[in-house]
Amino acid sequence: MGSLKSIRLRSIVYQAFLAAALVLAAWYLIANAVENLGQRRIASGFAFLARESGFEIGESTFLSYNAADTYLRAIAVGFLNTFWVAALAIVFSTLLGTLIGLARLSPNWLLAKLAAVYVEVIRNLPLVVQLFFWYAVITERLPAPAEALNPLPGVFLSNRGFAFPSLVAATPLALDYPVLEGFNFSGGALLSPEFVALFFGLTLYTAAFIAEIVRAGILAVARGQFEAASSLGHSQWQVRRFIILPQALRVIVPPLTSQYLNTIKNSSLAVAIGYPDLVSIANTIINQTGQAIEGIAIIMLVYLTISLAIAGFMNWYNRRFALKGAEL
Amino acid sequence: MTGAVNSAIKQAATILRVRFFSSWSSVLVTFAILLIAWKIVPPFIDWAFFNAVWSPENPNLCRVAIGHGACWAFVLDKYRFMLFGTFPVDQHWRPALAIAILLGLYALSAVGVVRRSSLTALWLAGFAAIAVLMWGGVFGLPYVENQRWGGLTLTLLLSTFGIVFAFPLSILLALGRRSQMPLVRWLTVAYIELIRGVPLISVLFMASVMLPLFLPAGVSIDKLLRAQLALILFAAAYLAEVIRGGLQAIPRQQEEAAQALGHSYWQRTRFIILPQALHIAIPPLVNTFIGFFKDTSLVVIIGLLDFLTTIKVALAEPAWNGFGVEAYLFAALGYFAFCFPMSRYSQALERRTARKT
Repeated sequence: MGSLKSIRLRSIVYQAFLAAALVLAAWYLIANAVENLGQRRIASGFAFLARESGFEIGESTFLSYNAADTYLRAIAVGFLNTFWVAALAIVFSTLLGTLIGLARLSPNWLLAKLAAVYVEVIRNLPLVVQLFFWYAVITERLPAPAEALNPLPGVFLSNRGFAFPSLVAATPLALDYPVLEGFNFSGGALLSPEFVALFFGLTLYTAAFIAEIVRAGILAVARGQFEAASSLGHSQWQVRRFIILPQALRVIVPPLTSQYLNTIKNSSLAVAIGYPDLVSIANTIINQTGQAIEGIAIIMLVYLTISLAIAGFMNWYNRRFALKGAEL
Repeated sequence: MTGAVNSAIKQAATILRVRFFSSWSSVLVTFAILLIAWKIVPPFIDWAFFNAVWSPENPNLCRVAIGHGACWAFVLDKYRFMLFGTFPVDQHWRPALAIAILLGLYALSAVGVVRRSSLTALWLAGFAAIAVLMWGGVFGLPYVENQRWGGLTLTLLLSTFGIVFAFPLSILLALGRRSQMPLVRWLTVAYIELIRGVPLISVLFMASVMLPLFLPAGVSIDKLLRAQLALILFAAAYLAEVIRGGLQAIPRQQEEAAQALGHSYWQRTRFIILPQALHIAIPPLVNTFIGFFKDTSLVVIIGLLDFLTTIKVALAEPAWNGFGVEAYLFAALGYFAFCFPMSRYSQALERRTARKT
């Protein structure tokens, strides 16, 4: 046991050693990298982003893009594709997950068990396996466009993707129907097999986790709350809307936001089935230019920014809605 | 006698009514589910069993059966590759024995009949045996380079060694995050949040394409080891947060009392705080392990020959091209066989912990 002063001195010495070790390690690694890059004739830095990419991208949802565009634009396309599929998956998995979570609490035994089996099966399988499976189902087992399944008028499911009518920005608003032309559909909206598999897989996977979050949130509201509100003469709907929901949401929202964050990160598995998301396009760029450090830095920076933004929202939410005076 | 039968019938009727017909909407749901099951289950059973092709001799039978019968011939033809990768065929007993040792160790640890100190010794002995079996080169076993390891064996090795090496690292990270020294605290927080903020695939890319750039000229680490390193660094950040949860659950007075008794920081941590914190953290640790076991399948993206990759590679053969549905159903079955028992185990642990408190 040393005096308080010697403890503080020791702590400073330790930290000084740690800092020195870190600086040395960083210096050594950077020196290696500079030498290796020099040997491979790769110029470090982000100047390559302005060069012409020279590769095509299978689909671009919001930006026009072709091989003559820059690497920077390719990355923007990848980012928007990530954003698009993750946003859709988040919306639909929240709806589906809430339904399944409620089904698990249903008084009907069959429905509750069915929901439980769904959750157990989906959560215990790797997402990549599920993505491969859906991709195989679409590309191997759906018919060719000429014999496409046509479950609803204007909706065609084939091994080249899903086609359905799209809105045309005209006055009056009109629908543009897909029509078979040669080997594929034109007109309307066509979703690629990669997009559909990723969207399906991601939504079904995330829904299982959200179902558990919703169930836990509702179970966390004491039963007495329900009974007390009912005995005060409130209707079933009123009890659910004004008593159960607000209290359950307080429990649900924090894990739900981190689940959303997971969904955004999980969408990076797109690279496994060839959907051009941010990671997939950055990977192509790394292979083409050899700019591995910059490429990975871009991926990490984008995901970190999203993570920090969501963490910030969560902190704000917790401060805003936490029980006053309750220290957890 | 008849009274007993009557009451049993009555009881059964009550259960039926409560479970399936408690209200009009419940009746509707019951019949809707039964109707859908009637439409889906029999055709599925026909497809998966009665019309399925099992014999791998003639892959063309599978082509004929597409649409009404599953092709399990693929699995039966390729199962050795899926289990052991490209390990020399006459030596397949070696990875098989390694898998058996690993599973035995997991079972022993879960059942909890062996004392903790002897369990550690058993694991160490098991690891030594696995290393000898997999590499060989001693006791008359031919040497097998680790590029030839693969299949389920590799999946189990990656996840086991990943967790085993991540664990001590994660304890240091969790302690660092609570440290009095600001530099230590900032560094650990930055590390944990960085890793948890990015997808695993970017960490794997880092190990596979970026790490070689930082090594001195002439030094190279093989691909398997690089991926294992990435998995360890990734798992450590998640485990650290779980362990931090355990540490936070220990009342501050424990630390203060130990301090008052004159114990040093490491004594307090090692003998008072950590044993209690880790005990609390066991159920979430098991959950983290399940997630990690599933995550190892991502090495398919950097082309490491694990269980999932062997299936993907086998599918690329012209004879079996186009049977991805069956192949990935089988992959799902394989992963489920490991993850489901583990998740059951962790649920049982959670219930036990909940009862105690």
